Amino acid sequence: MSRPAPVAEDAARADKERLADAVRQVSAVRGRSLRRSVLVGFALLAAVIVMFGVSLSFGDMVMPIGKVVATLFGGGDGGSQFVVLELRLPRALLAILVGAGFGLSGAVFQTVLRNPLASPDLIGISAGASAVAVTAALLFQVSGLALSASALTGSLLAGAAIYLLAWRQGIAGQRLVLVGIGVGMGLSSLVWYVMARSEVTDAQEAFRWLAGSLNGRSWGQVWPLLVALGVLVPLTVLAAHALRPLQLGDDAAAGLGAKVEGGRLALLGCATALAGVATAAAGPVGFVAFVAAPIARRLVPGRGAALPQAALTGALLVLVADFAAQHALPSVQLPVGVVTSIIGAPYLLLLLARANRVGGGG
Amino acid sequence: MSGPALLAKEKPSGGGKEARRKRSRPVLALGLLAALAVLFLTVVASLAIGSGDVPFRDVVDGVLDPDVSVKGQLIVQEVRIPRTVAGLLAGAALGLAGTVMQGVARNPLADPQLLGINAGASVAVVCSITLLGFTVATQFIWFGFLGALLAALLVYGVGSLGREGATPVKLALAGAATSAVLTSVTSAILLQDRGSYDQFRFWQLGALTARSSEVLWQVSPFIAAGVVLALALGPQLNALSLGDDLARGLGQRVGTIRMVSALAVVILCGAATVVAGPIGFVGLAVPHAARLITGPDYRWVLPYSMVLAPVMLLVADIVGRVIARPGEVQVGVITAAIGCIPFIWLVRRRKLVEL
Repeated sequence: MSRPAPVAEDAARADKERLADAVRQVSAVRGRSLRRSVLVGFALLAAVIVMFGVSLSFGDMVMPIGKVVATLFGGGDGGSQFVVLELRLPRALLAILVGAGFGLSGAVFQTVLRNPLASPDLIGISAGASAVAVTAALLFQVSGLALSASALTGSLLAGAAIYLLAWRQGIAGQRLVLVGIGVGMGLSSLVWYVMARSEVTDAQEAFRWLAGSLNGRSWGQVWPLLVALGVLVPLTVLAAHALRPLQLGDDAAAGLGAKVEGGRLALLGCATALAGVATAAAGPVGFVAFVAAPIARRLVPGRGAALPQAALTGALLVLVADFAAQHALPSVQLPVGVVTSIIGAPYLLLLLARANRVGGGG
Repeated sequence: MSGPALLAKEKPSGGGKEARRKRSRPVLALGLLAALAVLFLTVVASLAIGSGDVPFRDVVDGVLDPDVSVKGQLIVQEVRIPRTVAGLLAGAALGLAGTVMQGVARNPLADPQLLGINAGASVAVVCSITLLGFTVATQFIWFGFLGALLAALLVYGVGSLGREGATPVKLALAGAATSAVLTSVTSAILLQDRGSYDQFRFWQLGALTARSSEVLWQVSPFIAAGVVLALALGPQLNALSLGDDLARGLGQRVGTIRMVSALAVVILCGAATVVAGPIGFVGLAVPHAARLITGPDYRWVLPYSMVLAPVMLLVADIVGRVIARPGEVQVGVITAAIGCIPFIWLVRRRKLVEL
């Protein structure tokens, strides 16, 4: 107050300039971040394609990429056609589809519930899919499409149960996560029980599936998943229009005219179904849904949910993990879920430790 | 330790606090005797009820004066007595371990299964059986302890870094993550080996029938040591429940208490896992049930938990024997199915983080 007038005027001018500067910076950052988002998207896509090529050409019989491409377009001899088209192609495609499904599902869950820990594999939704699918397969000898349908049903049932159990004048991310952990533990003991009751060979098969495996998968698993994703991904994108206001918090979103509860339910429904169909195809591949979205968000900061990038990250992750699972140890074919869990769980621990340091972990 | 001051400090709401204060020492002691009586009846039921019918006369003779040429007495001697003893040992261990964990971490959600400690013991036992070819409990029990210890250190370490300390949510999540990765490792090992898998799938459920009576003999000294350690921790846990600073003010060595508690928990969890496999929710539910009876004084919660947990485990086991006749449902399935309910109830309670 007691300052001389000229100084105040200077200060005001400096303020104005700083403001203009800030506006310029923000728009520059926005442009840059949009460019970055697109760029990262393409980079991820390129990485997926490269990895796809690698997994088609590498194996017991290493095949030059030119021959792989020729075989894909109908050329090649009978042997390479069998290896590429019947063995490697469905497996690699399945890795991409499963990864994309889990990645997208995890991104939606984490964004809608505003909690990095709320991913379908941690909160019991994959466990629901597993429980119903394993029960159907072992006790009722269900297979093929009906098995996929039962996994989908299981995930939706578990999702609904968790949502209702966690409901208490609204849904809090933390409560939902803990309820989900409890429900998941109950469900997995059901799975173990069903497995203990059945023939050892069947149980062994189910056990392999539960570890999350792409071993021996064929076109029979690819087509249903492709169709399901063809339906669910557009639905998720449609529902994701509701996602952006939700990120501002419930009150703000309601103030902006968003139908908070409806939009959230639609999105969670889509994401639950995505996790369900992915689980049906490859089993509950651990931690892909959990880590894909945070990696994508790290790659494109400030772009919100980054759904396409999360899906691509998931796809890349499963491709790489499955490649490692096949070739890391000589003569041992690990299930892909073992590899993703060994990568993913330490990341979860790291996240918890870091969140603790910042003080917002709980 | 002044009891009333401690009770007043605890947070139960309204009428409950008054009701808890009035419970005097003789009443609690009588209650403990009643609990022991219930435990005795449970043990009798566990000896008398099974998937096959054995006349009660043979049950009594089978325990007191066995004549192994009679089929019923042989069953009692060879199957039901070891099974019941396993229930007593594992139950007492899990109940005490859960109570100590909840006390030392000030965490209502602490449970050996939820915090990944059982998974640590399991993976170590499985490794030692399949990779090193161990078959005798005295060999692999040490691996069980080691696995439990490492998992406990990891989960508690990750969960308690930083200012907030170990909140229930962080510990539960760290436990879930640790369990997931350890289970993956177990799967990877077992998928290579059909023979071990066939045994493991029963053991993984948590069963009281999985181990022979020699194993029970070998494990019981460890459980006895764990029980003594845990029961002696009552006053210290009371002090800790006031918070670290106040506990220090009362002259307690907080670090030492935590170390002794961890030792007790690891011994008890490791031994229980060797006896019965990973069994969840007993260590979670029983201390809460005990606290409903005794109020927050750990000097009473601990013995009550030790008596009530075998009751829960044996009752679950008995239910499992009769529910799906002629087959059986393993006890871990029953405890998980029942135990989900108090867990979800606890989670839904509003002021969870503040305990």
